[in-house]
Amino acid sequence: MLMIECPHCGVRPEGEFTYGGQAHVPYPEDPQALTDEEWAQYLFYRDNPKGTFRERWVHSAGCRKWFNAIRDTRTYDITSTYLGAAPAEANSTQGAQ
Amino acid sequence: MGSPHRLASGGIVDRGTSRTFTIDGRSFEGVAGDTVTSAALANGVLQVGDSIYRGRPRGVMTSGVEEPNAFVRINGEYGESMQPATITELVDGSELTWEDGIGTLDQSVDPAEYDHMHVHTDVAVIGAGPAGLAAARAAAATGVRVMLFEQDFALGGSLLGRPNEVVEGIPAGAWIEDVTAQLEQAINCRILKRTSVFGSYDSNYLIALEKRVEAPGTDGVSRQRVWHINAGRVVLATGAFERTLVFAGNDLPGVMLASAAQNYLGRYGVLAGEQVVVFTTNDSAYGVAADLAAAGASVSLVDSRASAGVDDPASVDVHHGSVAVEAIGSDRVVGVRIAPRDGDIQQTQQLPCDLLAVSGGWSANVNLHSQRQGALHWDDDLLGFVPSGAVRDQSLAGSVTGTYWTDGAVAEGIAAGSAQPDPTTAQERRTGSGTTDGLWLIPSPAGDFDTHFVDLQRDETAAGVVRAVRAGMRSVEHVKRYTSISTGLDQGKIGGVLTIGLLSQLLGEHDMASMPAGQPGQDGAEGGATDRSPSPGAIGTTTFRAPFTPVAFAALAGRARGELYDPARVTPAQARHVARGAEFEDVGQWKRPWFYPQSGEDMNAAVARECRAARTNVAYMDGSTLGKIEIRGKDAPTFLNRIYTNAFAKLSVGKQRYGVMCGPDGMVLDDGVSFRLAEDRYLMTTTTGGAAKVLEWLEEWHQTEWPELDVFFTSVTEQWSTTVVAGPRSRDVIHKIAPDLDVSKEGFEFMSFHDTVLASGIPARIARVTFSGELAFEVNVSGWYGEAVWDDITHAGAEFGITPYGTETMHVLRAEKAFPIVGQDTDGTVTPQDLGMDWVVAKKKKDFIGMRSYARAGHVEEGRKQLVSLFPTDPELRLPEGSQLVTTDNTPADPLDGIAPQPIPMIGHVTSSYRSEALDRTFALALVRDGRTRIGEEVMASFEGRFYPVQIAEAVVYDKEGARRDG
Ligand SMILES: [Zn+2]
Repeated sequence: MLMIECPHCGVRPEGEFTYGGQAHVPYPEDPQALTDEEWAQYLFYRDNPKGTFRERWVHSAGCRKWFNAIRDTRTYDITSTYLGAAPAEANSTQGAQ
Repeated sequence: MGSPHRLASGGIVDRGTSRTFTIDGRSFEGVAGDTVTSAALANGVLQVGDSIYRGRPRGVMTSGVEEPNAFVRINGEYGESMQPATITELVDGSELTWEDGIGTLDQSVDPAEYDHMHVHTDVAVIGAGPAGLAAARAAAATGVRVMLFEQDFALGGSLLGRPNEVVEGIPAGAWIEDVTAQLEQAINCRILKRTSVFGSYDSNYLIALEKRVEAPGTDGVSRQRVWHINAGRVVLATGAFERTLVFAGNDLPGVMLASAAQNYLGRYGVLAGEQVVVFTTNDSAYGVAADLAAAGASVSLVDSRASAGVDDPASVDVHHGSVAVEAIGSDRVVGVRIAPRDGDIQQTQQLPCDLLAVSGGWSANVNLHSQRQGALHWDDDLLGFVPSGAVRDQSLAGSVTGTYWTDGAVAEGIAAGSAQPDPTTAQERRTGSGTTDGLWLIPSPAGDFDTHFVDLQRDETAAGVVRAVRAGMRSVEHVKRYTSISTGLDQGKIGGVLTIGLLSQLLGEHDMASMPAGQPGQDGAEGGATDRSPSPGAIGTTTFRAPFTPVAFAALAGRARGELYDPARVTPAQARHVARGAEFEDVGQWKRPWFYPQSGEDMNAAVARECRAARTNVAYMDGSTLGKIEIRGKDAPTFLNRIYTNAFAKLSVGKQRYGVMCGPDGMVLDDGVSFRLAEDRYLMTTTTGGAAKVLEWLEEWHQTEWPELDVFFTSVTEQWSTTVVAGPRSRDVIHKIAPDLDVSKEGFEFMSFHDTVLASGIPARIARVTFSGELAFEVNVSGWYGEAVWDDITHAGAEFGITPYGTETMHVLRAEKAFPIVGQDTDGTVTPQDLGMDWVVAKKKKDFIGMRSYARAGHVEEGRKQLVSLFPTDPELRLPEGSQLVTTDNTPADPLDGIAPQPIPMIGHVTSSYRSEALDRTFALALVRDGRTRIGEEVMASFEGRFYPVQIAEAVVYDKEGARRDG
């Protein structure tokens, strides 16, 4: 069981949270302007790095707020959680060393 | 009676407190502090239940959780089987039965209570041997919160078997008492005995099982507790397991681990044999031989090595460079044949004995370390897999690291407890623990391996491992599954490493080329050596998983059994439904009335009667379980316009609208009717099972995509009670309970709602909406009044013969009208258009969730499955939901019997199936490929290996023109 730091509530057990997949995949500005291929990219394609991954969580059994986390997919270590835009140093597609 | 093998003194048992018990009907006497096996051995009982498959006689092998042979059934109000007798605390009056390697589950209900506990601690110390005790003492001295977990009912670990060893200047027995007293006095330390930490998870989350009822003074407490522990730091002081050796007849009763023989003597004052042969490959058994000899046994020591790292024990006859090649005896050992290790194994010498104590080296107990993916490596000197370093926020201390001497273990415990670095170097470990001979298989004079047991619990021998290798198995994971080694209750605590050692001798260089990588402890896994010559390190070990020791499901369930298994949600009128004899259906956590059988009615008869009432007269149902979410804010109209496929911004205040919400992929997620209460206020209803998911969906889109919108969501499902009154005469009933309301067709339009005060004085919101196609009203009141309004409707409707109906009738009525149930007629691959609801998809909106997907090639091309109805040719045949549909030309000539060429292309499946009272026949809803172009076509439904003809028809089978909704 991971201990996850909600930016609003502090460190809480994983069971209170729900996972939300890759972070920073915004809903397209104008979906009707996209080709089928571009729309399919939004619908179906996500990164799956071995290493650092920026992902979404929601504190379902707490404040019910969404936030982002940086997690190492090899160790499950969550190095930081944050609201809004990604910290500059993290790169969601960064692979393993 | 007397206990012939109990010495007059020694050990920590209380000889003054007798414990009587029976095994297999024979009465024995033990003493307080005994386990079942120590008491049995004290009475000369060495033989236990037979082996699981081969029915071979077996004896007590160990004195701990690694026991492969000695299992008892504890008989009583609720019998418990397969309890390792070596760790079962002897309770006065116990009635026990030896198990033959397998148990029988008691079929009665276990009346005991089981609990869960949740705790946080700064330091969790696992294991209370010398390292763990020292660690807990050091940690407690720093002032932090400490918990010490010990699976045994006594603290001290292996030291209990060596009470005269000197630790920190005093005898071990006194040292244990001294440290225990310090820990018990420390207010920041909690000791949990009889508590096995069986799982170790991320963020130092531990799970442990505490057995409570054996402890004194525990009447009335729960029988076992599962502890959930969040620990800041973890100290693993989990010790090591001694291994046996693989020679002919090594499973005979009387063959026992050397450390167990020492433990029975030192801890329990029981001398298991009087004429003992100790057979070892390492130095650790020398102390055992000395202790047994000092207690009066005649002892011979057989060491496979030419020389040892310690002196020969006094008055022990030592055979260096020799091995046991065969244990002799029929139902217990009477002697052992020994031969030169590196000479002719036919040159045997026979030594008589009644106990053969063996030591094949030690396996560090790395289970909890490895559960956390802690790195391991094979050490050729220690001859075992040992940790390469601790997991983050964990420390290792004592023999789990390969430090097999007490001073080293205590020093490591002190360091670990106070969060200091490991004081022992790898080189010191090798020197301090001495060398172990890598002796994995000892050929027998007879030449076979048929009684060379590797895993005694699974009855598997070296011959089985040889077979696995000949069958092409290379990976230890494959060998494990091919042979079943390590899959028993003991999970291969002894046999696992023996198998790997054996493999290292059976496999050749060429086999190693096909050895898969990635096993724990495998060379190269940690970037180390990748020498491909056969060795345990080149093979690696199987993966360690929780639970470390067995856990009863009852303990994991705790109090979450029966009614407490899952919360049951009931509506305010629940008591009325029960009083009317309703059968209930679970919908999510809700208990919903399913149908209301009258005397003598079966389900079909009850549903037919309820359907008739709704279609021809008047009926009512409890609709309170529908999810309800109030949506407020000046941007609520904009928000709903984006969420729903159809338009909501322009919905007038006082009106309702049915809406479908979809994912961005265009597939239906949920549906329901929403009320517009005010310009900035809606009440959304959702499916009963979808309420929580929909609230999350709304919050997610608001927070993550459109935070600029002024909109708020509040779940009000429990705040409202809803009663649906449906049928041609529903207007009369509503008029009676709400006399102030104009219920005429003109005064109360379809899909409008009005707030009113009922005749009873209860404020209500009444809506005209239908889920049956009939004229229908929904009476919404505060949940507090739900029961009262149900009663008022019951009384008001009595003169019309109003009939309560349940979810089954609701399903039949809505299916006749082809109103889909999300999750039954849809499965995440179905669009509104597939359901024939193109009308609910706005064409003029700029965007809504899912809109773009309806232009994707996969949505506009032919071949999509569409909702249609089916009429079986046999009007009495009710198709099973889920039946597959195939075309007639793909079925055998005789459609009712036979096997078709395979595979048959599937064209769809049945989603809902009922008997229609209105049509007086059966019908079904189905999703069929291009179904709307197949109307009138005959296809085949396939189930139970047969084919049944059905005709495809339009989805709506009753009141196609919608004439009935106005009454
Ligand atoms: Zn929170």
